[in-house]
Amino acid sequence: MKIAITAQGPTLDSALDPRFGRCQYLILADTLTSDWTAIPNPVLGEPGGAGIAMAQRLAQEKVEALITGNIGPNAARALSASGIPVYIAGGGTARQALADFREGRLAAASGPTVTAHSGM
Amino acid sequence: MQVAVASGKGGTGKTTVAVNLAHVLAEEGPIQLLDCDVEEPNAHLFLHPTQHEVREVNIRVPAVNRARCTGCGKCVEACAFHAIAVLGEKALVFPELCHGCGSCVRVCPTGALHEEPRRLGIVSRGSAGRIDFVQGKIDVGAALAVPVVKAVKRAAWAGDVILDAPPGTSCPVVATIARCDYVLLVTEPTPFGLNDLKLAIELVREMKIPHGVVLNRAGIGTDDVQEYCYRERIPILLRIPFDRHFAETIAHGRLIVQEFPDWRIEFRHLWERVRRGGRG
Repeated sequence: MKIAITAQGPTLDSALDPRFGRCQYLILADTLTSDWTAIPNPVLGEPGGAGIAMAQRLAQEKVEALITGNIGPNAARALSASGIPVYIAGGGTARQALADFREGRLAAASGPTVTAHSGM
Repeated sequence: MQVAVASGKGGTGKTTVAVNLAHVLAEEGPIQLLDCDVEEPNAHLFLHPTQHEVREVNIRVPAVNRARCTGCGKCVEACAFHAIAVLGEKALVFPELCHGCGSCVRVCPTGALHEEPRRLGIVSRGSAGRIDFVQGKIDVGAALAVPVVKAVKRAAWAGDVILDAPPGTSCPVVATIARCDYVLLVTEPTPFGLNDLKLAIELVREMKIPHGVVLNRAGIGTDDVQEYCYRERIPILLRIPFDRHFAETIAHGRLIVQEFPDWRIEFRHLWERVRRGGRG
């Protein structure tokens, strides 16, 4: 399964980025093969709607789950419409978050965890 | 002519200048005051206008006919604000982010989008004595001030108009002062007043609008604002001294020109200088 993890740097050993729309990097990882690629956030400098644009990107990448720290109302609605569940990680590295996800230790968010623009 | 009263810094006395000027001019003929500070309009607190009519300000945001939407994504490409996305194979609208430009509706190849009104605020019109008074007020939770400012300005008549601008130098201020004949920049002689005056000067120069300064609370702080204006050849058209009696008058929501009738000539003279282009 292809998942996305928000990270503060471009590798699996970078710290998890608690922001979704305004994360520094998006790491796309395969849970079976552990292959991964990092892409810099294409909408980091946008004045608004970053969470929505990121959700759109995840849908295009056919990502099946997202791991991040917090999720705002617009992004939550956008991800829910694309059927991408959001798993909340408390911190650590992207690698740890991936391992925790595989072990079933991360809880899925049922809705937004923060208000709009919290990551700005 | 249309004269905006603006300021880079908040709390310098824009509304004080606007309402006193309007009150004095109303003694001589018809004058209109537009309160364009739609996030926190307060000129009415000085003027106590009656309210004749209230209109809603709406923008038109897209709505999706899911049966017709093919999820092609042309609307997503057209939107500069990420207010529409294709998720779950259909377009999804985020109305709070929409600026109402209508691009998505025009580019949709299947006619799956139509526009529906979304309320942003209200414009009310009334009168305070002989002042024709118009005020805009944005709704709580609405993020777009500019369409409300523009709606206030559409109520402007052809004669003399004073526009009370919001503080700062961002979009709502630009919308307020656009196409005005003159901008009065109110400031105070402090480092903060000077810093924000420079930003406001940059803006009016960029927009090529004739401008002059009203120095409020003159006598406190430093001479830096005055020296800056001399150096940059920006006329200081009126000095309102830092005076306890003025402060008390304003604190009670009263007008300087009513409490101190001698000041009527000062404001009338200010208008005369503005009318002459505000030079020298």
